[in-house]
Amino acid sequence: MTEIIESKIWVFIEQRQGRMAEVGLEILGKAAELGLSIGSKVAGVLVGSSLASLSDQVLSYGVDEVLVADNPLLTDYCNQAYVKVLEQAVSAWQPEILLLGATAMGTDLAPRLAARLRTGLSAHCIDLHLTAEGELLSVVPGWGGNVMARVSCPRTRPQVATVMPGVFSLPDATEARGRKISVETLIEPADITYRTVEVKREEAPKGGLETAEVVVAGGWGVGTKADWRYIEELALVLNAAVGATRPPVDEGWAEEKQMIGQSGRTIRPRLYIGVGISGHMHHLVGLKDPELIVAINGDPNAAIFDHCHLALVGDFKEIVPALIEKIKSYSSAQ
Amino acid sequence: MRTIVCIKPVPDSKHWNRLALDPKTKTLVRKGIPGTINPLDRNALELALSLRDEHGGEVLVVSMAPPDAISVLNEALAMGADRAILLSDMAFAGGDTLATAYVLSAGIEKLGQFDLVVCGDQTIDGGTAQVSAQVAEFLDVPNLMHVTAVDVTPAASWLVRSHIEHGYVVVEIKPPMVLSVLKEINEPRYVTLMNILEAEKKETQIWSSSDLELKEPWLGLNGSPTCMVDLFVPEKKGRAEILQGGPREQAAELADRLHRSGFC
Ligand SMILES: Cc1cc2nc3c(=O)[nH]c(=O)nc-3n(C[C@H](O)[C@H](O)[C@H](O)COP(=O)(O)OP(=O)(O)OC[C@H]3O[C@@H](n4cnc5c(N)ncnc54)[C@H](O)[C@@H]3O)c2cc1C
Repeated sequence: MTEIIESKIWVFIEQRQGRMAEVGLEILGKAAELGLSIGSKVAGVLVGSSLASLSDQVLSYGVDEVLVADNPLLTDYCNQAYVKVLEQAVSAWQPEILLLGATAMGTDLAPRLAARLRTGLSAHCIDLHLTAEGELLSVVPGWGGNVMARVSCPRTRPQVATVMPGVFSLPDATEARGRKISVETLIEPADITYRTVEVKREEAPKGGLETAEVVVAGGWGVGTKADWRYIEELALVLNAAVGATRPPVDEGWAEEKQMIGQSGRTIRPRLYIGVGISGHMHHLVGLKDPELIVAINGDPNAAIFDHCHLALVGDFKEIVPALIEKIKSYSSAQ
Repeated sequence: MRTIVCIKPVPDSKHWNRLALDPKTKTLVRKGIPGTINPLDRNALELALSLRDEHGGEVLVVSMAPPDAISVLNEALAMGADRAILLSDMAFAGGDTLATAYVLSAGIEKLGQFDLVVCGDQTIDGGTAQVSAQVAEFLDVPNLMHVTAVDVTPAASWLVRSHIEHGYVVVEIKPPMVLSVLKEINEPRYVTLMNILEAEKKETQIWSSSDLELKEPWLGLNGSPTCMVDLFVPEKKGRAEILQGGPREQAAELADRLHRSGFC
């Protein structure tokens, strides 16, 4: 790999079957900001096969360079093959920072790669900072998000981190100005240590949780499956997606994919209304900067009242129907 | 089939309300909080035990932890593991995931040949989800994470399903391998009093650094490339504005505000 590349901050742009994961682009936006502060360029890194159009797309998000490791043997994700390719590129070009999404793929790839490179990795970051000396400080949740730690990697390079999807916003596409650099892939069939036989994907429902502008979420306080309809009716009149804490999912009132929080989805709606939710950090860490957080809870001392803008104290079975009625009166007036 | 399960003793989350951040040292005070098997490690152990029930062989558990973790390993023996090994030494203290994975892999190597190493995908305290892949890297065997089903086929390779965003992938993979599992994979078995009594007869060994072949600079704090700068409790947004009146008044006030902000 003789070509000289200038980027010291690299972002792994995850793709599966030609579909890019949004988190890669979200991190690019943050990386550009970090790059400005230390005067470094930013590269997107694509690994897979037939990547021409994807690499064009990545360039349209303002990256300076896109590194493309394109090889038919890399069509399906296999961590050891991907680790080998990335290890070779990192050794050749020595980036200071390498960021990946904390997705199923990113959380599998990053630790193996970091171990191969004998460098540090901070996992599931919810924020990134650079010190004046250019050292990366990652904010990572521990103890279910009840405590945050700032983690650094003082002695080894690159500094590797996985970033939670949804914590940084998607940058706007701009005019492409960067260049493509192809990464040599010295991959052999023996590097593929497992073979993908099936990939099953449910389409993320349109208007799903992650993209919804308005989310109505219900908690354990809703009490029964029958009463879960209060949550659904309120969501309906507000044209909102329905979210849940863990207990309603465990009870089967809501589906697994509706769970918001540390082990569920990260959401960034404009409006969030939490009904019968006490406000455990496990749940709240999934909520990113909504303009308005409203909580309805019978307990005036519920922790969620320390984390919301508007509090309604009382029985949701009295408040929610009145709320629905009033909202309906507005929509019929229009 | 020979399976090795990695187990981490963690403070029981039922008692986390007693966790406190020492404002001076910025460290977590967890005095007196009882230890237990990390929840997902129970699922890992259950997978190992059910494979043994079906295909025969043995199940060994390994943990790197301070000496008092023996009681937690006894829980694993009571669930049905055949033998437990605790890797414990002052030299291991302060290790991050890389240093931990290094010691665990050295312990596993000393145990000899295996078909499978199983871990829980992540722990409830640190939650990094890094150890299994790093153990696999040190052992130089393939690994899969986020595993939700394992199908041991008569052919040389197994079919393993792992979770991805909005779906799953199934891969064909040959042992020896390292797998880390999610909660969905199974329901860990209960332990009876009989099991506990039986467990007392089983063997637990403690290995220190001198029992293992280890490179000194890769251990503990020195062998840890990451460093915790500080700990903090996430900021509260401050108390909310509380809407006044009975349920109907509060609802009307909220609807009115939502209307003014264009939400309805
Ligand atoms: C490792 C780990 C990961 C986890 N990950 C997640 C996660 O990703 N997402 C998640 O949500 N949880 C997660 N949890 C669980 C989490 O710790 C909490 O248990 C959960 O969020 C609590 O849900 P809740 O607020 O609905 O229920 P509760 O804490 O039981 O609160 C119910 C609330 O409803 C109120 N209430 C009751 N009746 C009424 C009524 N009639 N009207 C109005 N209010 C009423 C009560 O006052 C109470 O405040 C996780 C836990 C662990 C250990």
